Amino acid sequence: MLSRTAANLFWMGRHLERADTAARLLDVGQRITLLPNTASGYQNEWNSLLQASGTATLFAKKYGEVSQENIEEFIFFDRQNPSSVLSCIEKAREAGRIVRTALTSQVWDALNVTYQDLRKLEKTPRGKLDTASLTDFTTSHTSTVRGAINATQLRNDGWHFMNLGYGLERADATARLLDVKYYVLLPRIEFVGSGLDTYQWQVILRALSAHRAYHWAYGGDITAGRVADFLILNGESPRSLITSLYEAVWNLEGIAKRYGETVPTTARDKAREVLGRLQAHDIDMIFDEGLHEFLTWFIGEIGTISTLVHEDYLLGGS
Amino acid sequence: MSYYNEMYEGSRVREPYARLSQWVETMPADFRQMKQAEAEALFRRIGITFAVYGEGGDPDRLIPFDMMPRVFEQAEWRRLERGIKQRARALNAFLRDVYGRAEIVRAGRIPARLVYQNEAYEKAVVGVVPPRGVYSHIIGIDLVRTAKDQFYVLEDNCRTPSGVSYMLENREIMMRMFPGLFRGNRIEPVDQYPDLLRRTLESVAPAKCQDRPTCVILTPGHFNSAYYEHSFLANLMGVELVEGADLFVDGEFVFMRTTQGPKRVDVIYRRIDDPFLDPLCFRPDSMLGVPGLMDVYRSGGVSICSAPGAGVADDKAIYTFVPEMVRFYLGEEPLLQNVQTWTLWKDDDYRYVMENLPDLVVKEVHGSGGYGMLVGPKSTREEIEAFRAKIEANPGNYIAQPTLALSTCPTFVAEGLAPRHVDLRPYCLCGDRIELVPGGLTRVALREGSLVVNSSQGGGVKDTWVLSE
Repeated sequence: MLSRTAANLFWMGRHLERADTAARLLDVGQRITLLPNTASGYQNEWNSLLQASGTATLFAKKYGEVSQENIEEFIFFDRQNPSSVLSCIEKAREAGRIVRTALTSQVWDALNVTYQDLRKLEKTPRGKLDTASLTDFTTSHTSTVRGAINATQLRNDGWHFMNLGYGLERADATARLLDVKYYVLLPRIEFVGSGLDTYQWQVILRALSAHRAYHWAYGGDITAGRVADFLILNGESPRSLITSLYEAVWNLEGIAKRYGETVPTTARDKAREVLGRLQAHDIDMIFDEGLHEFLTWFIGEIGTISTLVHEDYLLGGS
Repeated sequence: MSYYNEMYEGSRVREPYARLSQWVETMPADFRQMKQAEAEALFRRIGITFAVYGEGGDPDRLIPFDMMPRVFEQAEWRRLERGIKQRARALNAFLRDVYGRAEIVRAGRIPARLVYQNEAYEKAVVGVVPPRGVYSHIIGIDLVRTAKDQFYVLEDNCRTPSGVSYMLENREIMMRMFPGLFRGNRIEPVDQYPDLLRRTLESVAPAKCQDRPTCVILTPGHFNSAYYEHSFLANLMGVELVEGADLFVDGEFVFMRTTQGPKRVDVIYRRIDDPFLDPLCFRPDSMLGVPGLMDVYRSGGVSICSAPGAGVADDKAIYTFVPEMVRFYLGEEPLLQNVQTWTLWKDDDYRYVMENLPDLVVKEVHGSGGYGMLVGPKSTREEIEAFRAKIEANPGNYIAQPTLALSTCPTFVAEGLAPRHVDLRPYCLCGDRIELVPGGLTRVALREGSLVVNSSQGGGVKDTWVLSE
């Protein structure tokens, strides 16, 4: 397979997942601002969410004032924000168009329809849109694309590259959302275990569509330790770090098996190593080490794996 | 002016159209509209759209598809086929000659100026003989018909003729929408074209290639208006669709960048023009090509289809000499006629053309796509005078031809079936053999009375049938 084709499939997966994350971020922020809370009003929460996606500076420069409308516009529709839903969907669709022949017509249809519908949404007066419908729009459309991929794509190296993109992006996104919660939203230690703390964990779970799943898995009260366990180490949780990384490893192994020994496997080796270290942790160890420190390490490792994927496969060995 | 109607002779239906005529006559109007909408939806879903240069508007426009097929009977087709193959052989012989000893120039049969001062003549490949001596591997020959047995060649396309994806898709869609029609008529298939094309390309692999040759299609990228066709062909042929940046030169070979490391490429079917092939050899600012490609080509490490420099054979000035090429190289009389052509750099021709502008068609020598031309009988006096001024400024840039009575084929229009003018572009493949699939692209001028069939000028397309015996 051409390196460029593989790169487009990989980034198509990443951008679709990233669009999903942006929509979920909007949802988290929205719910947190509904809480009658904190001393400094809701500005801080939004700001920390933007920091999580690495776009706070861009937002401050362009809009200045934090308002519901500005935030929605920025996270959802703004083309200058590279992580906005519209930017990500556009990039995913463009990548898909370039490698049209590597996609089934069902996948292309789903992707193209997502884009066309989003363009229509863009022209809708903002007063007629609410945050919940924007989030729903995104998650339902990206699920349709995902479903078409799983139902119709050939299980070849291209499929692995797409799913590798999804897996790495998802691992990265969950880690960032968790980090926002723990490090930014709730900086003062006396809040831990307070009602506010619990509410915020709930919001994170909801944003990850994992609210009910959590209850099935753990029952009882929501505590920081359990939620973190659910989102980091639980192999049944579909968006946990361990599940996402496991999928990445699985796809990298699929590629390595297909390509044989002449093609380097540094990405696979690194991913295996990180997975091994993740498996060696329990949640108490992570909290002892410091959740923020742990997540920072993890996000760095995901970045390294992505770089190695490029070096092993996407540059074409020249 | 009276026009040859492909379907009717007076009120009598010509033999090849007999069954079609029944099909049309029994078709209810609402059914036709439904089918037309269905065809359009199919085209849009498959993604066959084209971009019209510099017009703005919808970037994903559809070429209008007409459901009424254009039909040839076997004997008519055989005659055409012989003529097309003959012409293809002569054009390749000419290219071999002008990049070698240029016997035809020495013999005084073609003026040296027209060859050596031609923009498409590539000094960089003089003396380089491509595998099997083939320069142009896909030749699209545009034909028009004026009477039952009278066909004229309008122009030859020796570089990278486009449109073959329409030939294939038109057939695909007709078969899908009207299977009954194909059961009732015995129609020669065209869907072997992608396989034939791949075989043709493989047959001209360089001698240095020992294994089964690796072929690729080189596209300028997904912003190009013909990108759909490039990816369509790559898909059907089972070859990679590459951009310049996917290829690189290492030593005496060309490689593509793959997920499994560099892979050698033996044959490049390029859909980019000569000047963009290699920034080290041609335009230094080109980002589309592959640096060093021409060195590899010249040393026989890779084949390029069509070969660089092949364009010198399809220029409108060289065109007038193609019948001469047939006689000179093949020792045969040409089976297909050229349209009578006046070349405006000759004094006599110039005088005649300027006196008869309202009756003639005048074209730029290097123009294409129906742009920069004057159709005298269809133009106002002002348009004619404006064009006259352009000719006077640079006579050597123009040729003129009589306005041909292009045949018409019944075509679905708002009011029902009406005659519209058509042409035909068959695609001739030249490798170890010369082959032609039975069919081609029929283009139709949808505007009433219009003689310009180009898609950029309101033309549409039709499925083209060759009936078997």
